[in-house]
Amino acid sequence: MSSTTEPKIGNLADLLAVAWQIEADAAERYDMLAGQMEQHNNPELVAAFRDLSRAEGIHRDEIKRLAGDIDVVAHAREVATWTKGESPEAVDLAGAHYMMTPWHALRLALAGEQRALAYFKAVVESTRDPAIKKMAEEFVEEEAEHVNLVHRLLRKHKAPPDSWSDDLDPPVSLE
Amino acid sequence: MATLDNRLACKPADFKSDVNPIWCPGCGDYHVLLSFTRAFAQLGLPPERIAVISGIGCSSRIPAYTNCYGFHGVHGRSLALAAGLKVTRPDLTVVVASGDGDGYSIGGNHFLHACRRNIDMTYVVMDNRIYGMTKGQPSPTTEPEFDTALSPGGTGVSPFHPLVIALASGANFVARCFSGEINETTTTLVEAIRHPGFSFVEILSPCVTFRPDEREWKSLVHPAPVAATSDPAKAARRIMTDDGFNIGILYRGNRKPYQPPVGPASVDICDLEKDFEL
Repeated sequence: MSSTTEPKIGNLADLLAVAWQIEADAAERYDMLAGQMEQHNNPELVAAFRDLSRAEGIHRDEIKRLAGDIDVVAHAREVATWTKGESPEAVDLAGAHYMMTPWHALRLALAGEQRALAYFKAVVESTRDPAIKKMAEEFVEEEAEHVNLVHRLLRKHKAPPDSWSDDLDPPVSLE
Repeated sequence: MATLDNRLACKPADFKSDVNPIWCPGCGDYHVLLSFTRAFAQLGLPPERIAVISGIGCSSRIPAYTNCYGFHGVHGRSLALAAGLKVTRPDLTVVVASGDGDGYSIGGNHFLHACRRNIDMTYVVMDNRIYGMTKGQPSPTTEPEFDTALSPGGTGVSPFHPLVIALASGANFVARCFSGEINETTTTLVEAIRHPGFSFVEILSPCVTFRPDEREWKSLVHPAPVAATSDPAKAARRIMTDDGFNIGILYRGNRKPYQPPVGPASVDICDLEKDFEL
C-alpha cells in the first residue's frame, strides 16, 4: 500500500488532483468488492460495499467541484501516481473472502481511511506553501472524521467468531 | 497542467468491460485485471488497437472483462491463435493471457514454439500452481509435496520451471511479477508490450480457494536483487538458483522478431467458405 511521502505536492492543483484520485480509486475498489459479493451471494456485503463506494464517490465529486476550472481528472493522470504501493484509500482486494462479514468490510475500510489520513498529515507537515497547507488540513479533518465514523460503525458490529469462514458446503472436499 | 492529449487519452476504466468478474473474492486475478487496464491506459493505445487472447481456465476469462478486442479460445491454444492474429494484423498489440494449467500443460508445446518464433506479442501467465476452475488438481507448477484429496501425499513430481524454459526456447523478454503489486506489475506489462519480440511475464497470482496458503506470497515476494541481463545463460542461472519469489524484469533480449511479409488477402472470404461447404 501507499508510502505517506508520495505523490509529492508542488501546488494546489496537484493536491486537488491527488485527493480526487484517492477518492476515485477508493470508490472503484469498493464497487469491485460489491460486484464480487454479488457474484457470491453475500447480499449484506453487497449493500455495505455499495454504500462505501457511494460515499467515496460523493467525496470524489466534491473535490472536482472544489477544483473549479482545474481539470483534476486529466491532471491526476500526470501527478497522482504511486511508484511504491497504491493509492492510500484503495482497499486491498486480497483481503476479501466470499464469507466475509460487515465487520471485515469495515476493518478494510478503516485501514484505507487511516492510510489516507496519514498521507494528508504528511502533506501538511512537509509543505511550506500556506495554500497547500490550508487545503491539506481540511482533508486531514475530513479523513479524521471518516476514521471516527468507521470506528463508530465497528462498535455496532461485533467481531465474528473464529469459525466465520467455516463453510458447510466447501468448494473442495477435504475427505 | 494537463495537455490536450492527456485529456483525450483513455483511462484505465475505459478498458474495463461491463461484465462482472466471477473469480473468487481475494483471487489474485482481480489485481491482474487492474494491471492490464492500467497498462493499456499508460501505453496510450485506443481499445481497438489491442487484442487480448486466452485459452481456458480462471485466468483465461480476462478477455471478457477487458474492453478491447478479445478471443476466449480453446484450451492451451491461445498462443497459436495469437500468433495467427499477430502475423496477419501486425498493427495490433496482442496480449495473451493464460494460467499454469492452460499454458504449461495443455499448451506446453505451443509455449516452447512461441518463444522460439519470437513473434512480437506478450504472453502473461497467471500462475497459482493449481487448476482452480476444475476444483484443485495439481498443475505443472504445483510443488511435489502439495497434499490434497485429489493428490494424496502430493504428486512427487518436480515442478515445471517456466522462466528457464522460456529463456532456453528463445523468449526475448522474461519477467516475474506478483499480482498484489499492481503498480510494479503494470510497469512490467508496459515494458513487456513495448519490448520487440515475444515477451513472457509470469505473474504469481494466488488462488485463495484451493491454495489458501498462497495468501502468504504477499510477504514472501521481494524485488530481484540485480538488474535485468541480456545474457540468457546468466538469467537462467539466476532464476534456477533464486527462491522463486524474485520480482522484476529478469531478461531483456535483442533478437529480431519474426514477422513474415503479409500482403493483402488474395482470396475472397466467400470463396474460402465455399471450400468448407458440405
